[in-house]
Amino acid sequence: MSPWTFFIDHRVEIFSATLDHLALVLIAMTIAILVGVPLGMFIVQRPAMRSIALGIASIFQTIPSLALLGFLIPIPFIGGIGKRTAIVALVLYALLPILRNTYVGLTGIDPAVLESAEAMGMTRAQILFRVRFPLALAVILAGIRTATIITIGVATIAAEVGAGGLGTFIFRGVALVSDALILAGAIPAALLALLADFLLGLIERRLRVS
Amino acid sequence: MNTKPAISEKETIQFRDVSFHINDIPARAIVSSISLAVSHGETLVLLGRSGSGKTTLLRLINGMLFPSQGEVVVQERSTREWDLIRLRRGIGYVIQDAGLFPHFTVAENVALVPTLGKWDAPRIADRVNEMLHLVGLDPREFAHRRPRELSGGQRQRVGVARALAADPPILLMDEPFGALDPVTRAELQREFSALARRLGKTIVFVTHDLREALLLASRIVLLQGGRIVASAAPQEFLRLDHPEARAFTSSLDLLRKVPTGTP
Repeated sequence: MSPWTFFIDHRVEIFSATLDHLALVLIAMTIAILVGVPLGMFIVQRPAMRSIALGIASIFQTIPSLALLGFLIPIPFIGGIGKRTAIVALVLYALLPILRNTYVGLTGIDPAVLESAEAMGMTRAQILFRVRFPLALAVILAGIRTATIITIGVATIAAEVGAGGLGTFIFRGVALVSDALILAGAIPAALLALLADFLLGLIERRLRVS
Repeated sequence: MNTKPAISEKETIQFRDVSFHINDIPARAIVSSISLAVSHGETLVLLGRSGSGKTTLLRLINGMLFPSQGEVVVQERSTREWDLIRLRRGIGYVIQDAGLFPHFTVAENVALVPTLGKWDAPRIADRVNEMLHLVGLDPREFAHRRPRELSGGQRQRVGVARALAADPPILLMDEPFGALDPVTRAELQREFSALARRLGKTIVFVTHDLREALLLASRIVLLQGGRIVASAAPQEFLRLDHPEARAFTSSLDLLRKVPTGTP
């Protein structure tokens, strides 16, 4: 059977797996952003915490994704088989680029701008929210974009712990030595990644202030 | 409406035997034993080489730094006792790179301190127009531009407009024209000198350019190695005997002796 006929015949399953995949990515990214951006803002104010936070986030990134899932399964509450474990792993992967870019964006601002903000009597909070944050937004978004693309890829492996998504086709395809099955998972995943890259890149360019 | 500036207009700035050391280590003094009073309406120029402590003195006035010894008194109150936000909103500040907010338009930059002070919108709009006219920029042409769409000279003009927007009685300027090309610099110096006389602000101006000091100052204070070595009116400055003062005046002579084509 050619991949093409396989796609036509299984379009409903492929579509629903794509939606599952997207849901996994969106949930994980939302959590990662809600944790990573505030944490990044926090470590800007507390330089002592910076290397600790960035270090821990880097360590997660170095663990192979399959191994990370394996480690998580026996952990109570966050582990086990299913979507929850997968989401925890995806959040841990997405955290580093978001955290790092938030930190870099917030600290990479022209010192003359920060000096005049302070000298004109802006409070710390005003400087953070009206100056640093808007100027860092494009860099933060670049981190979110990188994290999204990583997450879309890693989420295929999440099928291994029963989280569903496009990885289901890929693992089945590997087991059955079927190119059509592998492609039925890989092609939509690649398209998702390209689409996310394009859309987030579009927003990023609009936010960029030179 | 809050029309009263945070700082009353009669008062001055005083340095009372001020020293500032990095990490409070006396051996690492940036400025030492500075006693200096700036009276109302005066344009005091702090002149000195790089590293002489000029900028440190400026930052001690608006509470960006605090003295390790002695005290800096602004409006009869030590900077340690001031609510720093209020103090700084009553002091205009212009630096070399202007420090304009790149994500704000020219109008939003100029409106910053009035906005922080919660002026009402029509009053802010009027004030922004007035300020842009004051620094020679047509609001219709410039108000909606971003800083990146301006030349260096225009950016400095906006910087001055922004510093003056909330009508602060004190203006601190740290080599505001230092990064400009010589022609634009001379143009801005001339205009600012006229503006300063008209505004009657108390101005502390930092520069390493004696010509600029002579043009703008009502008094020149010469710094060397973190200490005041001379203080004089511009006319007197050229006759000072102190070696550092002579070093500066001879830099002027050099300019006059530039070869004109004939050997």
